[in-house]
Amino acid sequence: MSTNGKLLDVQHVTVEFHIGGLVGGTLLTAVNDASFSLESDKPEIFTLAGESGSGKTTLSRLLLRDLEPTKGKVLFEGRDLSTIRKRSEFTEFIKKVQPVFQNPFETFNPLRRVEAYLLDTAINFGMASNRRDAAEVVDNALRNVGLSLDEVRQRYPHELSGGQIQRVSVARALISKPRLILADEPVSMVDASLRMEIVNLFQKLRDEQQVSVIYITHDLATAYYISDRIAIMLRGYIVESGPVEDVLDRPAHPYTQLLKESVPEPTPKQRESWAKHIALGATEVKEYGRIGCKFAGRCPQVMDICRKADPPDVQVGRQTVKCYLYSGHGENAAAGSQS
Amino acid sequence: MILLSYNSPYDPGKSFVVPWDLPPSQEHLFGTTSRGQDLFWWLTFAVRNSLFLGVLTAIISRIIAILIGLTAGYRGGWLDRVLMSLNDTFVVLPLLPILILLGFLLRDRMNLFYLAVILGLFGWPFDARLIRSQVLSLKERSFTRTAVYSGTSAFWITINEHLPFVLPIVFATTINNILWSIGMEVTLSVLGLSDLTTPTLGTALFWANQHGALVAGVWWWIAAPALVTIVLFLGLYLLFTSINEFIDPRTRLRLIGG
Amino acid sequence: MTLLSVKNLRAYYRTEVYGISRTVQAVDGVSFDLLPNEIYGVAGESSCGKTTLIKVISGNTKPPLKVLEGSVNYNFNDYKVDMLHISQDELRQNVRWKEISYVMQGSMSVLNPVRKVIETFRDIVDTHERITDKKKFLEQTRAHVNRLGLPTDVLNAYPHQLSGGMRQRVAIALATVFQPALIIADEPTTALDVVVQRGVLQMIREIQTTSGNTVLLVTHDMAVHANVADRVMIMYAGRIAEEAPTETIFDAPLHPYTQHLIHSLPMIGEKSTKASLKGAPPNLADPPGGCRFHPRCPYVMDVCRTKVPDLISVKERHRVACHLVEEGAL
Repeated sequence: MSTNGKLLDVQHVTVEFHIGGLVGGTLLTAVNDASFSLESDKPEIFTLAGESGSGKTTLSRLLLRDLEPTKGKVLFEGRDLSTIRKRSEFTEFIKKVQPVFQNPFETFNPLRRVEAYLLDTAINFGMASNRRDAAEVVDNALRNVGLSLDEVRQRYPHELSGGQIQRVSVARALISKPRLILADEPVSMVDASLRMEIVNLFQKLRDEQQVSVIYITHDLATAYYISDRIAIMLRGYIVESGPVEDVLDRPAHPYTQLLKESVPEPTPKQRESWAKHIALGATEVKEYGRIGCKFAGRCPQVMDICRKADPPDVQVGRQTVKCYLYSGHGENAAAGSQS
Repeated sequence: MILLSYNSPYDPGKSFVVPWDLPPSQEHLFGTTSRGQDLFWWLTFAVRNSLFLGVLTAIISRIIAILIGLTAGYRGGWLDRVLMSLNDTFVVLPLLPILILLGFLLRDRMNLFYLAVILGLFGWPFDARLIRSQVLSLKERSFTRTAVYSGTSAFWITINEHLPFVLPIVFATTINNILWSIGMEVTLSVLGLSDLTTPTLGTALFWANQHGALVAGVWWWIAAPALVTIVLFLGLYLLFTSINEFIDPRTRLRLIGG
Repeated sequence: MTLLSVKNLRAYYRTEVYGISRTVQAVDGVSFDLLPNEIYGVAGESSCGKTTLIKVISGNTKPPLKVLEGSVNYNFNDYKVDMLHISQDELRQNVRWKEISYVMQGSMSVLNPVRKVIETFRDIVDTHERITDKKKFLEQTRAHVNRLGLPTDVLNAYPHQLSGGMRQRVAIALATVFQPALIIADEPTTALDVVVQRGVLQMIREIQTTSGNTVLLVTHDMAVHANVADRVMIMYAGRIAEEAPTETIFDAPLHPYTQHLIHSLPMIGEKSTKASLKGAPPNLADPPGGCRFHPRCPYVMDVCRTKVPDLISVKERHRVACHLVEEGAL
């Protein structure tokens, strides 16, 4: 089994959904020809960022083998996920790839005590053979996230704060000693005063436990704060990717530029520039069906070619950009936007 | 609730033990029948038997409904389609003609127990569908996915995660089911198609009819079972709404301080 | 002159389930004024009482919510309203929509999903001022929508045909048909994408500048307050922690909670480590005594555990409730 030194290798993945009735209906391409990979020996935090409808959640479900790609392959440690058929193989796989969900109050059944999930996880993955050993395993995992079993024992989800549950949720994911954690908007429902402890936790996991994290979010500020690399998604495409400092400090794609500019800075100093007028579309479905670059309708530097075919991936410095501005079609415009 | 004490009668009574056709009085609360039975005490048996029938039917149909609803909902796919088409078949089967037919066929062997089993076998489809749809929505909630990625098997997910949410539905429909089966029994008995030797609310009406109670002016023979039936239905209804409120996850959440 | 004056407001939720009664002290002694022509931001975490506060000041006090104490008085150009004692009829006829209107998170609750947008406009206008001249109403509505920079096409669309951002802006247009003196915006952009959020907030700010009314902007997102609000009130566990002009809140916060809130915000272009506060916001059914922030406060003193700090004015328009400030330590 060759792994090419890749922990996760996403190769030209496309996911199409058929929406509408039996007859007719439309094909919605939720993820379009997306590729990226994580190295096996270098744990990192990789952010998939995008707005609603960008396909980031679909992509994450693909990586959890919740969905199968229409085209392309996802390899985990060299193994194609679509070859996982048996239950034992699936268990073996999810032992190494674990999710953390968005809404802390939905992650656990409100009628069950949270420790039940932790103990189940420890036993199901063979980390412990009986309840007493399991308790120890669970306690260790909880200590990793700054809690202990005594603090959560006999507690129902609503008796813990959002921040605490989210940490329990991370602890649950850690029990099987996974290599990769997929965190889908893990802090968007957590109060501001508790948010950073969870974000910091992911960094700690990367540094101390060699766990890679795929952080899925719409929040560029936290993405900048924790991640090593970032991929910006728009309507199913990864439009720009690279080291987070490069992508967010000097965004190359006009869409990333607009995104970055629109994030309100938590200081009143940029009020005036933030208030600069922007155009908003009246309806949202239109961009999916568009041929060529999905951003063409809103792009200030749009060219004719953008509306004809998908732009190529171009290497600009350390980032990869899906835009004609950098492929020799519009040198002048590119120079202007980079400055 | 109060009415449940009814089903512990102290006096057995067979026939011609008391003077017949006495109107309600101090001694004979609901009067006596043309067959010389004390209606009040006779009805205590009737209520007990009818309730037994109702509860047994409910239990049988609930078990089937839960099993089919949970499996169809959680497994989905072809199994779901097979189970649901079976379900729909039972929904469209005309129950009353079938029961009348079975009544004729079984005639002598038809007793309360068989009747309960038959009704139980027919009483589940609507509720199975209800349970299935509830499970379908539970399946999409994050905690189900958490359980899946905790390595929990489908069986335990269904039992631990989904059953607690489904139980209130089961209890809510139990009352309907009991009432429905008691009503069915009354219908069958009035038509003379059930075991007429067992005192039930239905056979009370049957015998009253047989002796031409209304014509003979023994109105209490009809009125008493009718009254008892109404009170029983009402009592059961109230009982189950309160049980339901108690067992509802939302109430439970509020009780544990959510 | 003030538009709204809230004095020492105490509003609790009382619930009883199977004989176990619970009292949630959602708003506990809140006093503040709204001035004409400003955007007043209310910030705070979940269950800090901000939603309850809006309910009370907009006249939506229904059991189990009960106002125990305090006053809520409006003054709309000499039309005075005592919100806690107004009759439902008067509230509906003269105050709601005409003087106070709301923009909520997820505008679907205002827009009827099975009717065209224009019909929702008609319903709302009709309940307050009988429409006698249909043509005139159409013209006025078109002009109103145009003035807000929306295409008039939206009037003939069904809500589901519009994008989330457009729906929210239509909801704002609906809220401003009568030029109300106060617009209450409760998390107006929380579910929206950043680009759309920016557009919607820009619109709110523009309306405010041109019509000179007051906007009460409630959101947990400090970055939004930084860019939109003129003054900001920080709530913590049912009480006001601090209130000041936006620049002051962000540049020189005095309350330890505000300081933490501001300093923990991640920013693009900055990677220094940010910490979280220990503990979690208190359960308002059983809040800690004294200053409700004391179990989490890094500078806690003995007095904090027993005595509730007063909300004192430190400078003009800057009020803080903290014993450190009271004692002059900060």
